[in-house]
Amino acid sequence: MKINFTRIDEMIAISDSLQKPLSSVILEFEAQRSERPQNEIWTDMKASLKVMRTAINEGLAQTDKSFSGLVGGDANRLINKINNSPGLTGSISAHAAAYALSVSEVNASMGKVVACPTAGSCGILPGALLAAGEALDADDDDLVRALFTAAGIGMVIAENASIAGAIGGCQAECGSAAAMAAGAITDMAGGTPQQVSHALALALKNLLGLVCDPVAGLVEVPCVKRNAFGAVHALLAAEMALAGIESVIPSDEVISTMHQIGLSMPRALKETSEGGLAKTPTAISITARLQAGKPANL
Amino acid sequence: MHGVFDIIGPTMIGPSSSHTAGAARLGKMARIILGENPATAVIELHGSFAQTYRGHGTDKALVAGLLGYTTDDVRIKEALSIAPQSGLDITFRIIDLGDSAHPNTAVFHLTGVHGRQVKVVGASTGGGSIIITEIDGYTVELTGEYHTLISIHQDKPGVIALITHMLAQDSVNIAFMRVSRREKGSQALAIIEADHALPEHILTAVSSIPSVKLALLIPPL
Repeated sequence: MKINFTRIDEMIAISDSLQKPLSSVILEFEAQRSERPQNEIWTDMKASLKVMRTAINEGLAQTDKSFSGLVGGDANRLINKINNSPGLTGSISAHAAAYALSVSEVNASMGKVVACPTAGSCGILPGALLAAGEALDADDDDLVRALFTAAGIGMVIAENASIAGAIGGCQAECGSAAAMAAGAITDMAGGTPQQVSHALALALKNLLGLVCDPVAGLVEVPCVKRNAFGAVHALLAAEMALAGIESVIPSDEVISTMHQIGLSMPRALKETSEGGLAKTPTAISITARLQAGKPANL
Repeated sequence: MHGVFDIIGPTMIGPSSSHTAGAARLGKMARIILGENPATAVIELHGSFAQTYRGHGTDKALVAGLLGYTTDDVRIKEALSIAPQSGLDITFRIIDLGDSAHPNTAVFHLTGVHGRQVKVVGASTGGGSIIITEIDGYTVELTGEYHTLISIHQDKPGVIALITHMLAQDSVNIAFMRVSRREKGSQALAIIEADHALPEHILTAVSSIPSVKLALLIPPL
């Protein structure tokens, strides 16, 4: 059967009619689209998982600053805190945040990451998924399956809205990443396809309108820390969906809404660094120092 | 519809898919178009590339691409110091190509180790995707997503027919084709993008057409 979907409800209908999990539907879709065998695609996804895990471990240990000096070392700070004292947010959430910071800091310091869906939002999915995976005792196959589910959600968002900050603002990057992570974790935890849909809708709804306003045009401030929040956000959306909490607005309508909001968002708030946090007095002086070839000197 | 690895991917050296990964792919494409190892490179940066290249490592990534590295090569970070050791002399310049140029545009002036020279203009269009817009003054649209044959030849009747005939004999399906020239009867350029790999003997055959000055096969990046 030829697998074709451009909406979340269509993806779920195919899963229902074939009696196959979402991850299998998406893997089959990719095999048909790319004319490649499923085992090759699986192996490539497993390699992506390995890059994600390596980035997490690398970032937790690293205290180096990025080229600009604006970010770096915060994942290390957070993991030390949670290892040494009981946290406020609970172990899984705190780990998700630390892992997400870690991957984003590795990205900012020219380390190796998997863009998911973008480099600016590359910490959210690995951070939330791997922290949830540890809590659920998931093995690599479970995690790879979840990555396919995440990919399917991202494909639908890219098709009907956008995953680029320059087009849709940060909601399109961190919002999409959180939606992908929420859906993937719900799936991995044994949620139904309907619950996956609610989880991604809940996650995305709460990040609607988020603007992309990077200081000095760099993928650092506020991007890196925003990844930590996005990861915890995704976990909460999954938790709510798994409890049977539903999004009143269906996921496909939330995705279209994100697109509409992106269109009406002013250009100054879409990765141009002409508005938002990028135009604060502090950001302006950081930008001037960097353009003069000096370190940001926080 | 996007594919799975457009969303979970690419695996890349950070920090930016457009300013780092895309830059590395631009450099690599410029190297392939040169057709030999580059010895000197003057790279001009326009727009956002000019404003933020240091913080994004765009300079390192462009040079890494010229050295032939892929977007996930950890050596990208060290490319500026590796280049002189590899006999590649690099100069960066800031330019203003005007509002009509894509904000992430780079212009490469390359000279190869065997003396071949080429000017390549390209832009990083987001998510690691690129477009080459000009080769030696010819307007092109080259994305590196397809198997591509480039021919620079004298503008006269029958050359394109000969090339497409050769492709047809090998059952190559042409996805996109673009022909351009500077002026009537002078040099012309053809870019043919195909769905499947182009066999090496096509390159030999096209190169042997008397009017063809240079032919290149470019695999997907």
